[in-house]
Amino acid sequence: MLRFSGPMVVSSLGLVDRRLRHISESVDEIDVRDVERMDTVGAWTVWRLSQQLGARIVNCRDEAERLIKAISDTDENRESIRAPRLPLLQRVPDEVGKVVIALGVGFLQVVGFLGQAVSAGGTILRHPRRFRALALIHQMELVGVNALGIVGLMSFLVGVVIAQQGAVQLQQFGAEIYTINLVGRLTLRELGILMTAIMVAGRSGSAFAAQLGTMKLTEEVDAMRTIGVSPTEALVLPRIIATMIMLPLLGIYSSVLGIIGGAFLGSVSLGIPFLTFLARIQEVVPIHDVWVGLVKGPVFGLIVAVAGCYQGMQVKTNAEEVGTRTTSAVVLAIFTVIVLDAFFAVFFTKIGWG
Amino acid sequence: MNDSSAHLAEIPDEFEGDFPIRVRGLINRFGDHVIHDGLDLDVKRGEIIGVVGGSGTGKSVLMRSIIGLQIPAEGSIEVLGRSITDARDDEDIDIRSQWGVLFQGGALFSTLTVAENVEVPLREFYPEITDELRHEIARYKVLLSGLPANATSKYPSELSGGMKKRAGLARALALDPELLFLDEPTAGLDPIGAAAFDNLIRSLQETLGLTVFLITHDLDTLYEICDRVAVLADKKVIAVGTIPELLALDHPWIQEYFNGPRGRAAKDAQDRESASVVQPSLLADTGAMEQE
Repeated sequence: MLRFSGPMVVSSLGLVDRRLRHISESVDEIDVRDVERMDTVGAWTVWRLSQQLGARIVNCRDEAERLIKAISDTDENRESIRAPRLPLLQRVPDEVGKVVIALGVGFLQVVGFLGQAVSAGGTILRHPRRFRALALIHQMELVGVNALGIVGLMSFLVGVVIAQQGAVQLQQFGAEIYTINLVGRLTLRELGILMTAIMVAGRSGSAFAAQLGTMKLTEEVDAMRTIGVSPTEALVLPRIIATMIMLPLLGIYSSVLGIIGGAFLGSVSLGIPFLTFLARIQEVVPIHDVWVGLVKGPVFGLIVAVAGCYQGMQVKTNAEEVGTRTTSAVVLAIFTVIVLDAFFAVFFTKIGWG
Repeated sequence: MNDSSAHLAEIPDEFEGDFPIRVRGLINRFGDHVIHDGLDLDVKRGEIIGVVGGSGTGKSVLMRSIIGLQIPAEGSIEVLGRSITDARDDEDIDIRSQWGVLFQGGALFSTLTVAENVEVPLREFYPEITDELRHEIARYKVLLSGLPANATSKYPSELSGGMKKRAGLARALALDPELLFLDEPTAGLDPIGAAAFDNLIRSLQETLGLTVFLITHDLDTLYEICDRVAVLADKKVIAVGTIPELLALDHPWIQEYFNGPRGRAAKDAQDRESASVVQPSLLADTGAMEQE
């Protein structure tokens, strides 16, 4: 006989459960007369033991009996409550295969998404009234104006660092004066736009993904569709256009701040007067360097915005997916921007804009 | 015959008082907007109390205040004999193991399966429970809430609205609480599903001896399962009582609420049912529940 006493509740049973599962003696009666209180966990334990040991439950009070009856009704088939899991040797190739397929499908989907955005742009051109100017301006503020502080600070400091490090090396040839060429050409041609693109990917690309992803989860996107508003026109297009407009502007702004940073260091530690530094920039930087920087702007903007919006619109299931999608939006955007920047560098040198 | 016995360790005392929830002089305001102004409410042990009121009268805010999610501007709230309003976050943890809350949308953790959702409070409060027992508990709670066994391994995004509510109820019941808070449990369910959910709550309440605090707009729910109804209006609880008691009052909102077309329909349904003497149903009834 197995006799229980005291309260049989969730907070007390955890401590004795292991012992109860390993009863080896034969038991034909489970006595619950001295049980002060029983909740469903207690009822379940008594029921499970009675099944496990083939014992009868005796001296059961009315409420307890009712509980045990209710619990036993749920005990039809004890199938596992876990989702089935493949064995490791099958699971690994399975997962790898899924990733590879997802990569291919993902690439096609991005192209499809871009096509959708372009065709929505075409529709807007034919029906300019449907264009959401307010949304565009709002996004331009978020992407561009609100980024001025952080982009400016970053560019200024990078300008200072380039000038300082450059000067240390160039001093060895007594060519400190070329620090001006270094700062001017590097910021206008490469670093201004590249750093801005990375910063905007982190600031706005992630925001796009998280925003649209949450809107997908709360069915706002579906609601828009049913009202007859195209999410591509209303949500995606303003973000893409805003980023494509603001990124070159921010890039130029960033270059200017970089040059000012360089000039600041020049006047402080190289003995080049601030205004002389700026005047020399005009002479040593060819105008095509400015174009090189400007041309890359909208392209990088497109990549950052499409990556963010695409990943956001792919969210389907839960909050965790919003997180992973946001991460991949940023990673994808920065990676693509850097790869493309390398191609641009080679291309512009080849066409004689070295 | 072998004689073995297991004596179980002493655990937190069961609440012995008559009023597990006592609200006194509650004042809630958001900025200048006063939601509650000197609200009093006592909930009796072992009853299902329905809380009704127009939209924006602060039903949900009242519930949030009682479970400590909303810190009231003034007033005192006692739950199971302990003050919520004075409690610090880490001190009132043991009260939290004695209540279960079902939020309007279910508020399931979206990255966990239904079974894992039910296991969260068990892990949190009783880490000593073995994995085996915890899985078993999660399984029968889910079934007890009227979900099929294969729903346990599903994620919330794979469930319908009604199933999410049941899963949320299973999680609310995970710790065998004394108090159950339900925020519009039948909103958004089809009438058959809503009636089944009502039955489920009633039978769980009877079997487990729960005290249930239930916010609802559903007149059928009020007639079917509520022992008493508290009416929120004019920033206070203007009346608490059984529906006949409330009907005897001469308050315009109460009259309109219960004697409007919907109120009368629900009452008629109740009259028909009590004429045909239906036994209060036990859990066996839940088998007939809709399977989404």
